[in-house]
Amino acid sequence: MTTKTVTIKNRAGIHARPAALIAQTANRFASEILIEREETRINAKSIMGIITMAASYNTILTICADGTDEKEAVGAIEALFENKFEED
Amino acid sequence: MALKRFSVLDLLGLNLKEHDSLDLRCICGRRGLVRDITIPDLNRPGLALSGFFDSFAYQRVQLFGRGEVAYLNKIIAEGRLENIQQLFSYQLPCCIFTHNLEPDQAFIDMAEETGCPVLQTGLESSEFSSRLLRILSNIFAPKVSIHGVLVEVYGLGILILGDSGVGKSETALELIERGHRLVADDVVEISCVNGNVLIGQGANKIIGHHMEIRGLGIINITQLYGVGSIRERKEVQIVAKLEEWDANKVYDRLGTEELTMEILGVKVPKLEIPVKPGRNVPIILETAAMNERLKSMGYFSAKEFNQNVLKWIETDAARAPYYGVDDSY
Repeated sequence: MTTKTVTIKNRAGIHARPAALIAQTANRFASEILIEREETRINAKSIMGIITMAASYNTILTICADGTDEKEAVGAIEALFENKFEED
Repeated sequence: MALKRFSVLDLLGLNLKEHDSLDLRCICGRRGLVRDITIPDLNRPGLALSGFFDSFAYQRVQLFGRGEVAYLNKIIAEGRLENIQQLFSYQLPCCIFTHNLEPDQAFIDMAEETGCPVLQTGLESSEFSSRLLRILSNIFAPKVSIHGVLVEVYGLGILILGDSGVGKSETALELIERGHRLVADDVVEISCVNGNVLIGQGANKIIGHHMEIRGLGIINITQLYGVGSIRERKEVQIVAKLEEWDANKVYDRLGTEELTMEILGVKVPKLEIPVKPGRNVPIILETAAMNERLKSMGYFSAKEFNQNVLKWIETDAARAPYYGVDDSY
């Protein structure tokens, strides 16, 4: 189990495009990947789930991955947050 | 999923309609509206008003009906305010007056002083109690959010589970196309009401009833198929787990073993449905729904079939040779 806490750095927050980006990235890995916001946990492989979190600018999220490629998965998703989803 | 704080202000802010309406308004003690309601129950403070404070359930919402108000007016008229003072020394979440009854000014002053919110409703005490208890028990019900799709098929709530990409949304779409209803896609929020009923709904009303279909993107079911094709909430009555066909796994061939899945401590019948090209999963789910309804009506196809087979084996007819001597059949 690998976990990592990230902050949303792009102004618009996680809208449809970043959500799709996260889901696409998550789907490349075999591990089970979850994103936590406070007490809600959603599957990072589902676009609708990620959008439903309604995560806005500066929201703190936790990425959890469990499986054979968990480290790579968490790293790849963290990189998306760091790059502000190629926005701004 | 733990409950967030639920304050008196949240209670006033609930958007409840018609038979759910609590018809509440705040008449004084506004600064106390931030007080939290921690227990989904209420208390009639008759004993406390008469001065008996042992086991006083001060954490509950205090309900004042006609009897309590009549007694309140009597003790205030007699100038005996110490019981009311002691009542307000507790951290009460709020006091609610039914029948649009107005508390005495002395009571309002004391409530204002201690910052205890006083609310008023036009409903009768018994009606108000049952509504409030129902609403609070829904709010305080244990909740969990599950990755899956909830659809209503022939009146039965089916929760479709399975790994990403196994075809949950596509199955649901086909079911909608066949006239069934979508409750929630992807994130299903399930709450356990009364300790034995699981109610599922979408996580968010604003962006609810959308689906993501690979190759199409996000589609709006309400707009595409009309309001007849959606539901806001539905009881979870069967769980259907879709999984990639595994040649080594033994699947239920008879339907006599009854698998269950536990959600929030409630056992729900579970079906494991292997998916492979050429298998029409939506039709399997439709059949499963009808079969489940038959079961609840007392007819269990698989068991009934087996009993008939046993009966047939035991009869003489089965022991007699199949073909007649004269070859005429």
